[in-house]
Parts: sequence; structure tokens; C-alpha cells
Amino acid sequence: MSSVRQIFETMEYGPAPEQTDLALNWLEEHGYAMQPFIYGEFARFMDESYFESINPRDGKPLARLVQCGQTEVNAAVAAANAAFPAWSALSGHERARYLYAIARQIQKHSRLFAVLESLDNGKPIRESRDIDIPLVARHFYHHAGWAQLRSETYIGYEPIGVCGQIIPWNFPLLMLAWKVAPALAAGNTLVLKPAEFTSLTALLFAEVLQQISLPPGVVNIVTGDGQTGELIVRHKDVRKIAFTGSTEVGRIIRRETAGTGKKLSLELGGKSPFIVFEDADLDAAVEGVVDAIWFNQGQVCCAGSRLLLQEGIAEKVIEKLRRRMETLRLGDPLDKGIDIGAIVAPVQLQRIQQLVEQGKAEGATCWQPTWALPEEGFFYPPTLFTGVEPASTLAQIEIFGPVLVTMTFRTPGESVELANNTPYGLAASVWTENLNLALDIAPKLKAGVVWINSTNLFDAASGFGGYRESGFGREGGNEGMYEYLVPSWEGFLPVYEKSEVALRPYPLTNSANANRIEPLIDRSPKLYIGGKQTRSDSGYSFTLEDAEGHYISETGLGNRKDVRNAVQAAGKAESWARATAHLRAQILYYLGENLSVRAAEFSRRLSSLTGATQNETQFEVQKTIQRLFYYAAWADKYDGHVHQTPFRNVTLAMPEPWGIVGVVCPAEQPLLALVSLVAPLIATGNRVVAVPSWKFPLLATDFYQILDTSDVPAGVINLVTGHPDELAKVLAQHDDVDALWYVGSAKISGSVERESAGNLKSTWVNHGKRRNWFDDHQAQGWEYLRHAVQIKNIWVPYGE
Amino acid sequence: MRTTSVEKPKSIHSPEEPRRNHGIPLELGCLKQVQVNKSAAERRAATLIARRTVKKQWQAAWLLKGVSCIDLTTLAGDDTPGRVRRLCAKARHPVRADLLEAMGVADLGITVGAVCVYPSMVSHAVQALEGSGIPVASVAAAFPAGLSSMKSRLEEIHFALQEGAAEIDIVITREHVLTGNWQALYDEVAAFRNACGDAHLKTILATGELSTLRNVQKASFVSMMAGADFIKTSTGKEAENATLPVSLTMVRAIREYREQTGYAVGFKPAGGLRTAKDAMTWLILMKEELGREWMEPELFRFGASSLLTDIERQLEHHVTGRYSAQHHHPLP
Repeated sequence: MSSVRQIFETMEYGPAPEQTDLALNWLEEHGYAMQPFIYGEFARFMDESYFESINPRDGKPLARLVQCGQTEVNAAVAAANAAFPAWSALSGHERARYLYAIARQIQKHSRLFAVLESLDNGKPIRESRDIDIPLVARHFYHHAGWAQLRSETYIGYEPIGVCGQIIPWNFPLLMLAWKVAPALAAGNTLVLKPAEFTSLTALLFAEVLQQISLPPGVVNIVTGDGQTGELIVRHKDVRKIAFTGSTEVGRIIRRETAGTGKKLSLELGGKSPFIVFEDADLDAAVEGVVDAIWFNQGQVCCAGSRLLLQEGIAEKVIEKLRRRMETLRLGDPLDKGIDIGAIVAPVQLQRIQQLVEQGKAEGATCWQPTWALPEEGFFYPPTLFTGVEPASTLAQIEIFGPVLVTMTFRTPGESVELANNTPYGLAASVWTENLNLALDIAPKLKAGVVWINSTNLFDAASGFGGYRESGFGREGGNEGMYEYLVPSWEGFLPVYEKSEVALRPYPLTNSANANRIEPLIDRSPKLYIGGKQTRSDSGYSFTLEDAEGHYISETGLGNRKDVRNAVQAAGKAESWARATAHLRAQILYYLGENLSVRAAEFSRRLSSLTGATQNETQFEVQKTIQRLFYYAAWADKYDGHVHQTPFRNVTLAMPEPWGIVGVVCPAEQPLLALVSLVAPLIATGNRVVAVPSWKFPLLATDFYQILDTSDVPAGVINLVTGHPDELAKVLAQHDDVDALWYVGSAKISGSVERESAGNLKSTWVNHGKRRNWFDDHQAQGWEYLRHAVQIKNIWVPYGE
Repeated sequence: MRTTSVEKPKSIHSPEEPRRNHGIPLELGCLKQVQVNKSAAERRAATLIARRTVKKQWQAAWLLKGVSCIDLTTLAGDDTPGRVRRLCAKARHPVRADLLEAMGVADLGITVGAVCVYPSMVSHAVQALEGSGIPVASVAAAFPAGLSSMKSRLEEIHFALQEGAAEIDIVITREHVLTGNWQALYDEVAAFRNACGDAHLKTILATGELSTLRNVQKASFVSMMAGADFIKTSTGKEAENATLPVSLTMVRAIREYREQTGYAVGFKPAGGLRTAKDAMTWLILMKEELGREWMEPELFRFGASSLLTDIERQLEHHVTGRYSAQHHHPLP
């Protein structure tokens, strides 16, 4: 034992253990065994099988948990189902009271939660105490507010029903809060599965729910591994799945839920860039790196794991970083003076070790501080890799450990290029004292969250979630609430009765044509790609007839190469996203104006093709013009928010276009439906590859003349006529298509969702339900605009 | 000349060879690169103290270290020779003998780092501290505002030195910082440094009046380039005293200057430091940002007076397990 005298010399920190006895007593009181929480009780079942929850600090078991199977999951879903009618019928204020009570309880027992979390997960007590648990309480407070305000804020929306929620082990209680709070605020009931490594705080949370008398069944918690999760995902009575975890599992869930009508939000992996420009406060940036990659042992989906340094300062920053790494303290997570705790489980530790070895084998330079690791427990030192190239495994793979790779760049443009050179898009950090540069870079980064001169900032008022293969949907803020709501009329929509597509790629030879007196001047409508009329690659056409069965024309049978070309053309029209909203509005108005000039002709065409009366088709054309005006009106008004996050910064929630969006139109209302779907997308800055009505494609091919005369830049709207089922599949499988809207049959809706798993593009499909394109509630509005964008939250701390 | 002869624990620098910063020519280019992000500095300051804590005998040892780094200060208009003598007596025996005994450190001869007074009080302090080896520091150069003629400010330094001061705490002209007149600031501090001769120069930046952390860091660099042996936050008379973000900004400048020049410059937070917790906080800052070397009185001082009593109370708590009363410890 060191004496005061010795310490006066060495000036070492010494141990500062957090008391764990109360948390351990709690486990003891439960006999070191916890049951799943179902219908307000810790339920027991016949033939239970068990697994152990381990303390990663020493590898010793903390408690025994139930591996929930079909019986338990069925019981939990049934409980949630039974509780839903009464819970969703409560007033917002009543639900707010419960959420408020949960927040208060979390605060009152904050230290117990924090200690239990660190015991179970291995994260430093400083983090669970100062970050995780306060954010949990804040999340419930914030959502108590949304519960109170739901009915007036989300008019025309209602809760979904039973939500299945599957959360990871890196922030066990915080991820629970991110899932449970908005679900309850919106009026849903739920079944939650914590990660098998870290279920204890969820079960302590269940006791809080008992204490505040939350109605039984509103929240159900089942323990177990991925198999239990799978049972939840597959359960027919679960209407929504919210998942946080790996991209790999996210893809499986996307495929599993495809076509079921289950709403889905995925918060997946990342390989987030941390960009330091030469005019940054370098000491601050180095501390930022510590918070980015050595927070929670680097087991953070949004960890800044790729350090991108401007060449001129690279050496200096790395030097500073090494010095800083020497002063990091790793060890007992329950020591109050520890920066880095234990890795959650041996399997994760092995993965980190393996990837580091692979990195070394590939020739990257590995540096670790000189101090030694504790002898027992699952620990891994902070690790810095230099000499890493974008092609290195370490630069591409999410390590989920305390391993940082560095690369250099020369110019702001190159920094963006490197930053975006990843399938992921969760978060990014930008360090510069130049506001012009920061605000130039932030919108160019493919990331759901961008932190300027800061990192890993979270708050309930700001949405969190990824771009690209980091998932879709947001958690937190106004944007997060929509993940737990559906339009209340959606359930009442009729289903398409006949959804078979029947194209005729042969000449039409029936007798109706024989009545013609003079020969037609042959017209050949084409595809419209990159602002040009082009022949289909296939060399096939399909024949079109009018309402009376007369031959009218052929149109090209678009194939996968046409889609490829259209996506390429759309890719070249990237500047549309940066065009001013005023300009986009002007072009939409101009479309309306030019359509109006030719309204009579379009109406005649509609009548002759569909057999509808002139009155009806005049109405469709007028409605189309109105819709163009509607989105022209919104183009420069559908803007973002400044979120009220609780410290000195501006949190900008910016709606950004997806990029390239595929649109597959329904057979009916060939003009109105096309415009209803395409207009909100281009109003918000997307480029579109649209597959028009297969029955009446001529409205679309007529419409491209309007596009030509209305200054729509080449490539912004591309039209590929053909078989919608086949083209939908091609679009779904195209990894450069960022989002896909499909209106048609339930079957193809499912296959669109399934095929989208490749790049985890966002999909919006109708599951065979038929909207009325004349009804403004169903066919226009914020719902469309919301689906046309994703929210990027940019955190800009300020102060001089 | 420092006449320290008191037995001190072996420190990284032997007291016989006090380090001096000989300064470097003014480099304006270096100032242009100064970037301080306030929000990030505040965040580091806030988490720094949450990331580290020192308990039990470690805490006792750290608090004793804190005692040895105190510039026990009285800078009031009503200072008298009697008041200064009382302070000096406390400086010699900053912690009750029974407590030192109980902690097993009675023979270390722990005293405060220095006694800090106005120039006219220097001779009284020197007299009262005779034989203790405790240096007397004097504020000078028109403390606290500094707004007097250069001639009289230099004369004041000479006076304090004649009276026996071994360390001189001067204030800079804030105007030079606020107007970005770095040459003037450099010349001023260099002139003071020159006037100090062998006495150590502590340069008070009066950070509470410099408005921004960028200004604080620039002023830190210019002072060090001009030869300051210590840079000090505050006079104690500004509306805002030593804060952690300001201190962080200054110690980072010290680190950078060390890397660039090899000179180790000391740091002295002053004003508003009253609790043992403050002492621990600033010691943690020094250890984390500058390392063990900067946890000795040669490179680190607290400008404080009531701080000592609170540390003493905490030490008694460590020894007895009971919370101590202020009146159980001799007044400074």
C-alpha cells in the first residue's frame, strides 16, 4: 500500500472505486436470476432454458437469464396486443404522466442504474453516470412532452400497434430509452429484447414500470439472443420493428419483414469520418478523437473511427494524439478515474484482435501506448493505425473497438471524397475554426449526423440515424416520432383488385383496327433519359390500344440496361440537389403552366385511352396542374428545424434529398399519379427514374414534351416505360438508387422491400393498397415530402 | 536569486538550478496560427474533472502537494506589517504538526511555495520568513491595472527587488492584447523581465479582461516569448478570476512553447481558488495536460489564501475521519 509520503513523490492517481454493493444486493435479492417481464409481471414458464450474463471486468457471471423462445415471445406479444386498445385510447396527457414518472424514477435511481450498467457492460462508470443515464432520463422527459402534444402535432396520424424492439449491448439502457420513449409517447405498446450480454438494466427498468403502475402489457421485455429477436421479427401481430445493431443483421431483418407491412426502422453500423482541417484547434481536436473513438471502448456505432487529417498538420496531430494516448487510463470500469473500461465479451475482443492483426498483416503501422493492460478481464488498449489506405481492410470494416485509423487529405474536396468513401453514413465530425469551410463541408457529407468541432453529442430533441447502409429512420426529435405513427386513414384503403400486368409485345391484329379509313402517321414514343428521347435497349415494344381496343401506338419495353442508363443520367444531374429551392419552384410552376396550355389535348388523350368522360379527364388534368403548383409552393417552404438541444449550439435539422429515387407508378390515373409521385421528389431536390403507368404510358411520353419545354434539367426526371414488376426489381437491386417508391401490388411491394436489402435503400411501398389520387389527403402533403427527404442533424457549437 | 534551502522532497528539478525561460524573438507567424475553440475547451474542462478523482491517502498526498504550491497571498488595501507577519507564520507551518505527524510526513518540511504581498510589505515578509527558505513574491508594475508610466512601473520592480523580493508578479497592459499590439506587449514584458534580473517573473494576463480564449492564448505565447518564467491568470481583482477553460488554454500554450523552444514555463492560477476541490482540480489539469513535471512549486503555484484552510480541514478529515471546523486551524 502506498504511503502519503510515497504518493507525494509519485503523484499517482490511485484507485477510486465506485461502491457496487447496492447493485450487487439487488442482484442477490433476485437470487441472481431474472425472468422476462410480461403483462406487468416477471413471468415464469415451463421448460425455461437459461444463459448467464457476465461481468466483462472479470469474466464472472452476474445473473442467470431466460432464453425466451416461442412461448415467451407469444405471451409477450399477446400481452402487448391486449394492452394496446386501452393504452392507445388514453389521452396524450395521461400517457405523458406515465412517461414523466419514468423519467423521475430514472433520476431517483440514477446511480443504481449506472453501477448496474457498468457491471454488466464494462463501460466506465463515468460514462454510465454522466452520459448514459442522464440521457435516458432526458429522453423520457422529452417524450413525455411528445405524448402530451401528439394529437395536436401529428394530426391525422395514429399509433401503429405492437412494436418489436431489438437493441444492442453498447448502450443498453439508453438504447432502450430511444426505443421505448417514442413508442409509448405515440400510443403504441411494445415487446423489447435487450442484447443477451446486457439485459440487467432493462429488467431494473421493468421494476420501475411496476412501481409507477404502468398498465400491464404496455411494455414487455423478453431476454435472449438473436433467436429470440428473430421470433419477434417474425411474429405476425408485431406491426413495427425497430432495430439497432449490425448492418448484417439489419439486412436480414429487412428481408424478413419484406412484404409483411411491418414498419421498419434500422440504426446500423458505421465507419464515421473525423475530419481535421489545418485551421482547427488541434488540441481540441485531439480531445475530440478521445471522445470519438475511446468513448465506450470504441463500441459505438457512430464512433469517429477514421481520422482524416489535412496533410500539413497530420504529423503534429498524430504526435499530440500519441502523447494523449499515454495519459488515457484503462482498467476497472467501476473505478471513477478510468477512461477506458472492458470490452463487452470475449467474442468481441477476439474480433478486435483479429482485425488488428489483419491490419498489421496488410502493412499498416500499429501504435499502442506503453502502459500495460490489467491481467484479468476483457480489455483492449487504445490503438492507432497510420499508413492506412482507403483500400485497407481497417479503413472499410467497422471494428467496433478502440481502434483508430488515420489517413491524410490535401484539399476540402478530397476530405469529402475520402469521408464518403464508405457504404456507411451514420455520423461525421468536422474540425475547423472556419465557419465557411465547416458549413460547406457538412452538407456534402453522407451522414445522418454531423458534429462541427465536437463529437458524439446526443439529445432527445435531435434525431439520430444514418444515411446509406447505416440504416433508415430517425430516433429522437420530431423526426423520430413519425417512426411510431401511421396515417389514420391508411388502414381503410381498398386493395387493388386486379393487379396483374399484361403487356403485349406483339403487333395488335384484332378487327377493331380494320375500321380505320386512312392510314395513321406512325408515332413512336420513346423512353426519356438524360433529357433525350431514346429507344429502348431491348429492341422490343409493347402495343397500346385505346379504350375501345383500337391500336394506337407502341412504346419501348424498357429493360435493366435502360434503368442503368437512366440512373447514370440521374447521377449526372447532381447539381439539381444544390439548385435553389426558388429555382425548383419556378420549374414546377413552369411545368404547370405548360401543361395548362395543352390541357385540352391531355384531357382528350386521357379520355381516348381510359374511356373516361371529358369532364373526368379535364378534372384529372386540372388536378395535375394543381399538384404541380402545390409542390412548387412547398419547394421553398419545406425547410428544417433548429432543435432545442440543451447546450450552447445550433442543431440544424436539415431535410436533404435522398439523391436518386426510383418511382414505380400505378396503372390508373397515368398523368395525375405520375405527377403526384414525382413532383414532391423533385421539389425537394431528388432526381427521379420513373416507371410510368404500364397501361397508359402515353401520358408520360406526352408529358416529356412538357418537361422539355419547362427547363427541367436533363437527367432530373427520367422515364422508362415497360413492365413495372420487372423494372421495380431492377431499381430495387440497383445500389446507386438511394430510395424507391413503389405503387402496385402487395406481392411486388414485398419483393421491392426484399431486394432493397442490398444497399438498404429506403423504400416506400403501398402493399397493394389503393390510394385515391384525387383525394388531397391521400395523394399529396407532408407525408410525401417527408418521404422525399432524410434529415441530417448538424450540431454547431458556438461561442468565442 | 532564489535562496531556497528548505528541505524539499526530491523534485524533478533541483532547486539549486532554477529553470529560467530566456525567451525567444517575437514570432508573429506563430500567433496567427493560434486557434482556440471555446466550446471544446469548456467541454474538456468539464469532463477533465469528471474523468479523474483522487481518494484516500492519494488525496492527502495531493492536497499536501497543493499546499507546497500555494503562493500564500495578501493583497488588500488594509494590509499591515502585523497582518503580513501572521501570514508568514502560517506559511512556515501551513499544516498543523499533529496532522503531518499522523500522515507520516512531518519531516518533509512542507511549507507553502511563496508569500505574495504588495511591494511595501516585502521587507516585513522577508523579515518574518528569514531562515525558512520561503521566497517572497511581490506584485509590481502598477498592480492591478498596470496603467502607469513604464518608468514608474520599472521603478516599482526595482523597489520590490531591493526590499528582498525573489519573485515578481507583474500585470500586462490589457490594451496591447485588445488592440492586437503584440510587439508592444512583447516589449513590455521583455522590459520587466530584464528589470527582474535573477528574480523570477510571473506575468499576470488578467484573463478576465481579455475577452476571448484566443486572446488569452496569444497573450500567453507573447509573454513566454518575452521571457516570463510563469504565466498567471488573474490579479484577483478582475470580475472573472481563474477559470478552468482559461487555465486549460494557458497550459496548452505552455506545452506548445515547451515543444517549440525546450523552455518550461510555470503556471499560476489565481483568484477565486478557495476549496480543496479547486486545488485537486487544478492539479489534475496540470498532470493531464503537462505531466508530473508541472506538479511542483518550480512550475506550478496557486495564488490564494483561504484555500489553505480548506485544504487543512480536508487533511484533518483524512486523518480523523471527522469533518473539521475552520476554527480548529490557525488563521493564515
